[in-house]
Amino acid sequence: MLKLLQQLYKRKVAFAGFVFMVALVLSALLAPWVSGSDPLEINPIERLQSPSASHWFGTDNFGRDTWSRVIYGARMTVITGLGVVIFAIFFGVLFGTLSAYYQGLGLVLMRIVDVMMAFPSLLLALVLVSILNPSVINVIIAVGITYLTTTARIIYSLTLKLREEPFVEAIISAGAGHFRVIARHIIPNLISPIIVQATFIFAFALLQTAALDFLGVGLPPEIPSWGNMLTEARMYITRAPWLLFFPGIMIVLTVLSLNLVGDVLRDRLDPRFQDDVG
Amino acid sequence: MIPTLFISAVIIFSFIHLIPGDPASVMLGEQATPEQVEALKEHLGLNQPLYVQFIRWLGNVLRGDLGQSVFFQEPVTKVIASGAETSLWLASISMALILFLGIPIGMLSAIKYNSFWDQAVSGGAMFAAAVPTFWLGLNLMFVFAVVLGWFPSSGFPSIVESGDFTHLRYLILPAVTLAAPNSALIIRLVRASMLDVMKDDYVRTARAKGLSEWAVNLRHVFRNSLLSIVATLGFTFVALVSGTVVTETVFSLPGIGRLVVQSVLRRDYPVIQGVILVIVLLYLVINLIVDILYTYLDPRVKYDD
Repeated sequence: MLKLLQQLYKRKVAFAGFVFMVALVLSALLAPWVSGSDPLEINPIERLQSPSASHWFGTDNFGRDTWSRVIYGARMTVITGLGVVIFAIFFGVLFGTLSAYYQGLGLVLMRIVDVMMAFPSLLLALVLVSILNPSVINVIIAVGITYLTTTARIIYSLTLKLREEPFVEAIISAGAGHFRVIARHIIPNLISPIIVQATFIFAFALLQTAALDFLGVGLPPEIPSWGNMLTEARMYITRAPWLLFFPGIMIVLTVLSLNLVGDVLRDRLDPRFQDDVG
Repeated sequence: MIPTLFISAVIIFSFIHLIPGDPASVMLGEQATPEQVEALKEHLGLNQPLYVQFIRWLGNVLRGDLGQSVFFQEPVTKVIASGAETSLWLASISMALILFLGIPIGMLSAIKYNSFWDQAVSGGAMFAAAVPTFWLGLNLMFVFAVVLGWFPSSGFPSIVESGDFTHLRYLILPAVTLAAPNSALIIRLVRASMLDVMKDDYVRTARAKGLSEWAVNLRHVFRNSLLSIVATLGFTFVALVSGTVVTETVFSLPGIGRLVVQSVLRRDYPVIQGVILVIVLLYLVINLIVDILYTYLDPRVKYDD
């Protein structure tokens, strides 16, 4: 772990990304204290004010404080992002390892995964949310399903390779059951690629949920997420450009940080991984 | 390809039946009378057993009948066709931008590996991949349409109907929006695969026999790295479709992407099913072309059966 931080520190830009991520998670956790005011408090007298000492990021059309909303948006980002990551990784690992282990099942499951990959992810999420109705959980499920398939694919090919490793053969011939082999020997060897994959899924999930918000089928509009803020900002594009700027730049910085850190993790944790996903 | 198509048909068909409750009343909204709901159910054949519905639907699809739009009261094929012009123009212009900018920039980055240019391009590509499509679109609209007034901010009058090619200026900002994140992907891909090929022995041989740097890079390195670029064409198509949905919504373009979003909001499921079916078909056709190109580009690849 310490070595990893040293590695990160050597690549200044990636380190900056790491610091940004830590700051983001901290402000998400401590949102009520960091924000300084209520993100939902309506104040018609102070509507559409440009950034100032009392409102760092200005105010929106209801006079709500943009800084506070951006901080609470960070909280929403962490919740949906982690939700998607956990959902996609859990089911991706489950389907991936089982498919590689039981070839008959794998034939069917991987065929379905192949087909799912032909569906553009945003379209799939769009249709799923419209069927499930917009809510935080349903957005997580709809976006998660699209990354479940890619995760299952990667885990599948890695597990196939692991299965042929001498140490796995040795454990099987020593009489270990299937469950034991998968839980104790296959999955621990998949941890590194899973961590790397998680950073990229988080980044894509943020872009995807923001796009869903913008299309009007994402998180319910009363929730202060960055995507919802940008959707509202669209109406005031000439009168209040700062409403368009701050949430947008937050998305960019977050995705950039995740990708930078993800690249370092990939180089550090698993050099083989690069070959497997191209 | 046939099993893939069949499975996608099952998935697309099941969309409508995944809706909790009664699809007909969901589609008609809360104000619908019981008679209207019953009529739509009858019309969509929702009273029949599931397998009968599926076979009937599949039979219709095979005959080119994608059903009737609930909102437009017109055949789905006609509704899709009306958005095709805009989407095709937009996709072709963006694809041209992606290929004619992305490939040369990526090549140059690989040739001038680790130079200032290479680092600037890699940084730029990383940044472009992190920008949400709709946010980029809104910013371009704000700067170039609202503030500078160089381009129209939204809409797209048909070129086919008017014959007026100056209407293409409506598509410049959308095309740039759509091309940016996808060019970033292509640049990174071209760069990575060229760097990969450059390490190979035959590249050293080509250099050793005295070929010019240009000939080595174009005829040997680039040609062989084309394989991995071609292999991702299907993926690029899928990414382009997702981007089109967002871009058309930002710039209010009357294309298939915006049609899908509006159909989702209107719960017009026959249209959604139809569009997704068309997209999956296109994807499979593109992958078929990729396979054919593959055997052409790499004679070692043979598909025997």
